[in-house]
Amino acid sequence: MSGPLERLLASKEIAVCCGSGGVGKTTTAAAMGAMAASRLDGKVLVLTVDPARRLASALGLAQFGNTETQVGPEVLAAAGLAGRGELWVAMLDTKQSWDDLIRRHAPDDHTRDAILANSLYANLTSRFVQSHDYIAMERLHEIHTSGRYDLVVVDTPPSRNALDLLDAPGRMVEFFGSRLLRWLTVPYRSKIMTFASRPFTQIADRILGSQFLGDIAEFFTLLQTMEKGFVERAGEVSRLLADRRTTFVVVSTLEPAPAHEAAFFVQALAERHLSLGAVVLNKVLPPWLVDRDVAAAAELIAGRAVELAEGPLAGLGDPATTALVLAESAAALFNLALVAKREAEQRAELAGVSDIVVTVPQLPGDVHDLAGVAALGEQLWR
Amino acid sequence: MAASQGRRTLICEIDAKGDVAAAFETPPLAFTAREVLPGLSAMVMGTEESLKEYIALQLRVPLVARVGPLARTFDFVASAAPGVKEILTVGKLCWEVKERHYDLVVVDASASGHVVAQLAAPDTIARLVHVGVVRGQTTWMREILHDPDRTGAVVVTNPEEMPVAETLELATRLREQTSVDLAAVIVNRVLPELFARGEEERFVALHGPDALAALVAQAGPAAARVLDAAALAVALRRERAVHLAHLRAALAPTVPLLYVPEQFARLAGRRTVAKVADALAEELS
Repeated sequence: MSGPLERLLASKEIAVCCGSGGVGKTTTAAAMGAMAASRLDGKVLVLTVDPARRLASALGLAQFGNTETQVGPEVLAAAGLAGRGELWVAMLDTKQSWDDLIRRHAPDDHTRDAILANSLYANLTSRFVQSHDYIAMERLHEIHTSGRYDLVVVDTPPSRNALDLLDAPGRMVEFFGSRLLRWLTVPYRSKIMTFASRPFTQIADRILGSQFLGDIAEFFTLLQTMEKGFVERAGEVSRLLADRRTTFVVVSTLEPAPAHEAAFFVQALAERHLSLGAVVLNKVLPPWLVDRDVAAAAELIAGRAVELAEGPLAGLGDPATTALVLAESAAALFNLALVAKREAEQRAELAGVSDIVVTVPQLPGDVHDLAGVAALGEQLWR
Repeated sequence: MAASQGRRTLICEIDAKGDVAAAFETPPLAFTAREVLPGLSAMVMGTEESLKEYIALQLRVPLVARVGPLARTFDFVASAAPGVKEILTVGKLCWEVKERHYDLVVVDASASGHVVAQLAAPDTIARLVHVGVVRGQTTWMREILHDPDRTGAVVVTNPEEMPVAETLELATRLREQTSVDLAAVIVNRVLPELFARGEEERFVALHGPDALAALVAQAGPAAARVLDAAALAVALRRERAVHLAHLRAALAPTVPLLYVPEQFARLAGRRTVAKVADALAEELS
């Protein structure tokens, strides 16, 4: 009998993991990819688009960039992830990906070189954060179209940015049709300022200076030569995200802030008619912490600690220490029960949003190697 | 905490998630700052409002005529040349510092992957733009950001593996890609040591068959779970201690590390804020 997440991944080609930072999203993506490679016998790629290099440490791979790298079968086998499938990993290098994109879409060598050499382009692609968003989806599209993998698991930046990620292709299309682009490129298109663009250009000139404006104008004029390619591509990327072969997996813990984010993201997916495949809840405390009998036992132990230590437990040694240990144990239960109760409430809130809600208990130790990824995977697969 | 010591303080949330409002149990905040506690004002960053304010303050152009088309196309600018968003965010904050409206501006910044780009935005713009008003703007922004007496980055983290790894990476990137001083690292959710020396052995002894049987006879079969809970708390603490030790060892010795204990509370709100403030005050004293 296969678990719900296994059935979901078996029927999809792209799984996008979303959620706040620190909820184990990257590890979950890695675990889903590793399990799919091991159990579904497919060729699986885990693509991380997070600017922070988390997956690298989680997979024990010190450095891997834009290049897709295979995790050695012997390494997988050692972690108990043997199978006929292959696990590949890649991290998005924004600059490299943009360069590749320009090379692909540029109408001629001159345009290509001019863009690659433009100072605005260099800064836009390597320094400014949001350029990650579009290029991530573009890269996903490219990988998917290549048909090299049966399943691509994507790890995304924390969820507000993941929204930018979802909206990035649409923005790109909008941008090419915008009046702004026409204004920005006016100095190149015509020496005569139109009446409409004059105030804008004047303000822009005062704010930014004409040299920078020249760079902007050049950059966007060159970019315009690739409009058709970009717009078509962005449209395809949008369709791919909405395709039934694509599913979104929202990852969260049951702490208030991440759970709130998860709910927000689930709603955002619904608004965009994107398919929510599953909700994965990580690091959940065991349910017995909120058991009424356990609470009653703790009350009793705390209230009668001295009596117990001096009476039935006198054989253990000095009663003062025993009583202290008993009281401290009860206090630990009360503290953890408070957290567990809060978690149960958050969970009730999130439980209704998806048909598949996978709960992963607080595992002993952190996931810092493939064996840990495998252990997490086992939990996900149940 | 700063406000309770009599300093006029502004807290600014960058990603408008409403977490700051929730923490102070007040209605949603806006771009215009509002006092949430005596001496403490709060606001959320809005790049569009920031742009309007900037134009009004810096350029003194008649607002009505210009802002209309600008606001409409603003989203496109921000998407196309995202540096615009970053500079407006950082610019507004630096403005508040420059004008001395507040003694302290606390910024609840973006996720760690993004904050470096924001802090470096004035440097980046300065590299790109050689003349014009903006160039002049970046100069005073950079003066404020690069002065360790005025600006400091405070990295907040948890004693878990990934957050610690990210914190160390962020510290490196702040050093290499910005001139902003790393003032402190705050570690949240630190668990107290449950058992003192000698108590640990007694706890183990409680698991012996006779002791456990006696305990169960007195407190019922669920008594074993109480011991399990304590064991879980000990395991969690031990796990976190490893990461704390790693963080301390890998961080430059000059960077202070402040610990805030795990808050066992039903809901986050003013009470939690007050408790965390007390814990920080104690760490700083």
